[in-house]
Amino acid sequence: MDARTDIALTTDLGIEAPPDLAPDAMSACRPFPAQPAHNEALGFPGALVEDWQDQAIAKMGELLENSRPLRVFLDSCVKCGACADKCHYFHGTGDPKNMPVARQDLLRSVYRYYFTPLGRLLGRWAGARPLDADVLEEWFTYFHQCSQCRRCSVFCPYGIDTAEISMAAREIMNSVGLGQKYCNEIIGKVHKVGNNLGLPPAALENTLEGLEEDVRDDTGVDVKFPLDVKGAEVLLITPSADFFAEPHVDGLIGYAKVFHQAGLSWTLSSYASEAGNFAMFIGSYEQMHKIANRIRKAALDLGVKRLVFGECGHAWRVAYSFLNTLAGPWDFLDPRYPVPQNIAAITHDLIQRGGIRLDKDANAGMTVTLHDSCNVARASCLGDRPGDQFTIPREIIAASVPAFVDMHPDTIGDKTFCCGGGGGLLTDELIDLRVKGCKPRANALKQVVDDHKVTHMVAMCAICKSQFTKVLPQFGYPMEMIVSLHQLVSRSIRLATNA
Amino acid sequence: MHYQLNDQQIEHDEEGYIVDIAQWSEPLAEHIAQSENLAMTSEHWEVISILREYYQEYQIAPAIRVLTKQVAKRLGDGKGSNKYLYELFPYGPAKQACKIAGLPKPTGCV
Repeated sequence: MDARTDIALTTDLGIEAPPDLAPDAMSACRPFPAQPAHNEALGFPGALVEDWQDQAIAKMGELLENSRPLRVFLDSCVKCGACADKCHYFHGTGDPKNMPVARQDLLRSVYRYYFTPLGRLLGRWAGARPLDADVLEEWFTYFHQCSQCRRCSVFCPYGIDTAEISMAAREIMNSVGLGQKYCNEIIGKVHKVGNNLGLPPAALENTLEGLEEDVRDDTGVDVKFPLDVKGAEVLLITPSADFFAEPHVDGLIGYAKVFHQAGLSWTLSSYASEAGNFAMFIGSYEQMHKIANRIRKAALDLGVKRLVFGECGHAWRVAYSFLNTLAGPWDFLDPRYPVPQNIAAITHDLIQRGGIRLDKDANAGMTVTLHDSCNVARASCLGDRPGDQFTIPREIIAASVPAFVDMHPDTIGDKTFCCGGGGGLLTDELIDLRVKGCKPRANALKQVVDDHKVTHMVAMCAICKSQFTKVLPQFGYPMEMIVSLHQLVSRSIRLATNA
Repeated sequence: MHYQLNDQQIEHDEEGYIVDIAQWSEPLAEHIAQSENLAMTSEHWEVISILREYYQEYQIAPAIRVLTKQVAKRLGDGKGSNKYLYELFPYGPAKQACKIAGLPKPTGCV
């Protein structure tokens, strides 16, 4: 499990040459299946049902019925090859089934067999095949080697979204009792405790008190980390990793300092103590809805006026793109502010208006680059102008540190590479895949380290932060190299006691 | 899946975390550490006892920052860092140390 792979990095990135093909190189790499208790807690069958083939096909039919895009994605591929070398897992593994087109075909072939006349008539001559045990195993393996980052869809002339296909495949598998342990166990914890970690309210309270102490010791200023405060202006929804892990917690401290300095009253909720919504990874609208509604209930119970999200990539996609459908209407919030807002937009606006002042000298010696997180980059915006998801974090960094350098243009912005741990793959048994999938990002990082002496890389997603701190040491970079966006703000913000 | 400790079988999950935390004992911790190629020192034991005490009170392992503060208190300021904890538990203080302490694995984006 502790796979230390010696992957040689190259600085000659540009558009990287496709790797040598290594058929079936990753055929044995798959996550742990969920145990019956994990599946049943979400209303899925505990284990693979007897008539799983029939049920899976029926489920596929239902998805096709409900999702026009899914049918279009399955119908419209012309095998042009534009996506073939765009997946970070293909780059890292060379396994041809990690080419996006091949990954899609795992589902498409079954779709053709059961849902198209040509496929039914001509079978494999029309790229169609029946669903059998081998196909199911292949699905479980390779649809868990897709981080749903959607980089391939940027290059597809038809805009086919592999993430949608991989979500559909996972949804079908869950419906017949073949779930993935990592995601399903975590979703169960959100329903039960309120967050992915399983952090109970008393532990959260204790952790936040500790942070107040730390900031006081550090700065002499009483910065509060309020919990369940009724009537606060802002409800902050942030990934529970922000309470637990490094460097996430340094970001949380940054948000608190920004609120403090701006004089904005805010609160966290012990009921909705999670921004993440792993139900998106398994394609389950019902589960997504259930998780999102914890946020609605907390906002109503606490009587807040604004909803703000902390640094989390897929949470922001769910919040930015789906929150109104999932848990709206939000007409009880202050209509002068967008619902939801991202903490980065608030900080950025305060910097522009002089509401907070940052002192770059506090980060002297740092040369920083930014890893655009896939869900922020390709599935959302951060402000109100197109492209704000790219400019806002860069302008915050530029205001906080003496030097900022971007990585190669083919690896940032909407072409950003996934960290290698997104989409429900941030689990230890997939560490080999995670290391290999990180290679394109590590290559681009090496280039700016070698050429521009970059010392730190900012991430603004909890998964990216955990993945990089775990995996970058395999490429020779220390875990401390990864910093939260608001960690830079935290270190550079000028605090006054508001006296 | 189980650890074989003398004549006792102690069930664990796919990743080696014991299923029933009441079955934990110091010899079992030694046994798990051995299977992780880790030689337990007094510093390791100190971290394990901090984790277990916190878990008793809060039903979860402490956040890394809470842990490092406790470690600094008990083992000296120089040792209160994430880096030091990684030296003790190379696979991560949260996950590997929890496994040896008999606690459930912290889940989520960590």
